[in-house]
Amino acid sequence: MSRIQSVFAELKAQGKKALIPYITAGDPNPDQTVPLMHALVASGADMIELGVPFSDPMADGPVIQRASERALVHKMGLRKVLEMVKTFRATNQTTPIILMGYANPIEAMGSEQFVTLAQASGVDGVLTVDYRPEECETFNGQLAKAEIDSIFLLSPTTEPSRTELIVKQATGFLYYVSLKGVTGAANLDIVEVKKRVAEIRNQTSLPIGVGFGVKDAATARDVATIADAVVVGSRMVLAVESSDANNLISNVQALMTELRTAIDSVNA
Amino acid sequence: MKVYDMPDERGHFGPFGGVFVAETLVEALEELRLMYEKYRHDPEFLAEFAYDLKHFVGRPSPIYHAKRLSEKVGGAQIYLKREDLNHTGAHKINNTIGQALLAKRMGKPRVIAETGAGQHGVATATIAARLGLECVVYMGAEDVKRQAPNVFRMKLLGATVVPVESGSKTLKDALNEAMRDWVTNISNTFYIIGTVAGPHPYPMMVRDFQAVIGIEAKEQMQEMIGRQPDAVVACVGGGSNAMGIFYPYIDVEGVRLIGVEAGGHGLHTGQHAAPLTANSPIGVLHGNRTYLMQDEDGNIIETHSISAGLDYPGVGPEHAWLKDIKRAEYVAITDDEAMAAFHNLCRTEGIIPAMETSHALAHAEKLAKTMSPDQVILVNLSGRGDKDINTVARLANITL
Repeated sequence: MSRIQSVFAELKAQGKKALIPYITAGDPNPDQTVPLMHALVASGADMIELGVPFSDPMADGPVIQRASERALVHKMGLRKVLEMVKTFRATNQTTPIILMGYANPIEAMGSEQFVTLAQASGVDGVLTVDYRPEECETFNGQLAKAEIDSIFLLSPTTEPSRTELIVKQATGFLYYVSLKGVTGAANLDIVEVKKRVAEIRNQTSLPIGVGFGVKDAATARDVATIADAVVVGSRMVLAVESSDANNLISNVQALMTELRTAIDSVNA
Repeated sequence: MKVYDMPDERGHFGPFGGVFVAETLVEALEELRLMYEKYRHDPEFLAEFAYDLKHFVGRPSPIYHAKRLSEKVGGAQIYLKREDLNHTGAHKINNTIGQALLAKRMGKPRVIAETGAGQHGVATATIAARLGLECVVYMGAEDVKRQAPNVFRMKLLGATVVPVESGSKTLKDALNEAMRDWVTNISNTFYIIGTVAGPHPYPMMVRDFQAVIGIEAKEQMQEMIGRQPDAVVACVGGGSNAMGIFYPYIDVEGVRLIGVEAGGHGLHTGQHAAPLTANSPIGVLHGNRTYLMQDEDGNIIETHSISAGLDYPGVGPEHAWLKDIKRAEYVAITDDEAMAAFHNLCRTEGIIPAMETSHALAHAEKLAKTMSPDQVILVNLSGRGDKDINTVARLANITL
């Protein structure tokens, strides 16, 4: 069982939902990323989604774009992101790490070498935004061989026939994009999300995470009543952006505590 | 002889092309692919397209024998396919009409576009005005500054121009922003991509709409000289004017196809926009796999060209394929060489070419010198240079 699968199994046994914060590696500064990851765990993260900075993040809204730009000032590339995961793993062997990013940095490194390094660094899942299942069969096979989960997105416009195709290739969990748009866009429509998640559950037994529009504790709570995991991206990055070196950890932890409390108030 | 039949049904040109987008865009692209499949051979659709090309654009565009230029350069005869005489002054209008007619059939009341030099933006705004569609054009903030007359033109035509402040503030960032708009407003919006890049079916569809250039040229050359040219030369940024003139010639033996990229300050300086000539690595950007200017981490690097329309780090996937199968050749022309060719055409033929097009002209001059006077080079004169006069004046330290 992969680390991601065990975390979901454990939470289910406890009647809890997963909280998955997203941060961009190297934002605001490469030195702060690993301490920030440990701080996220200490304040209630069940898994961490670690963004790989990219020069052209087409699916991201302005908040995560700015995070990428801040990280790229420090030449924060995929190789360095993997080194960070390795450093994190030296003292934490339990919290799953999911890399989220775009195809080109992986292709530049070579997918085989990336998978080898990712496995050696302790990466548990990979979500490549612009790799739809039809275009990454080889890569998906390489990930499976290395026992790294392939996380895929499902969107409000994904037809059931496509969902069928995606769930066949997905492992770990499915990431349902709660709205039409980029990361951090308008507020999500909880009724619509509920309906779609129920439909997806008819087609798969994989856990379902929901993200792209979770802006506050109330939304996190609502999403937790529906999904197995709540992913908080832009809101988390905003907390990073609005902090300085002195209050970064405390600001992020305050937000985490708020989200954790909200999510745990839901009885699964 | 094997007939050229690309792309495959999933939009691949060999290892290039494809559909590399977030899941949020997949259904919209599938809808577009199906609609285009339905209409690309539909007689009524094609008749409407042909009518607009004739009566609204003014096609066919003539081919002109640049005798004085040929004489001055010495060597092969240079002929020009006059896309600069089209309504709005460039080849871009051919494609925007095709896509806008498709948008209308799909019931989308709003069109969006990205633009570099502003020619595609103007062409989109033009057809949107004619069809009564809402139009939003994304343009890098840097390009908004470089191409002020075109920005004003778009506004006159009723379009909203959004300056893009992210990244390098040029064409690639405008494309990113247009994609973000599309994914957010997918139900009522049609994204009119201006070049032979983007996810399938765009590279194929834009090529097909631009192929009118080469189809006409084949007939016109036959009429004028009783045969086809020895070489066809066109500039390549994303590569839509080149694909448009190359495509009907792919199966014609003995015709060299030469794409001219922007060599900027020179390939050795790294400041250029010539991924094919510089042997850039293969990568994934803007929905397709192609040759891409990038650093060792796979981040896209900032390009440089004197012409905003060629200032793009990638190239259409079909060009990547034509390079690999050696059907087309790709070369680079520097800013300075393009400027010299620009002035040369102005003075010898009374035609002010676009800065983009001047790259193709510069290479045609070089090539002509190596050929004999009975040989023929056909240059795609993709656009007129009125939009560039401020840039040219600035280079000469003249304030208009």
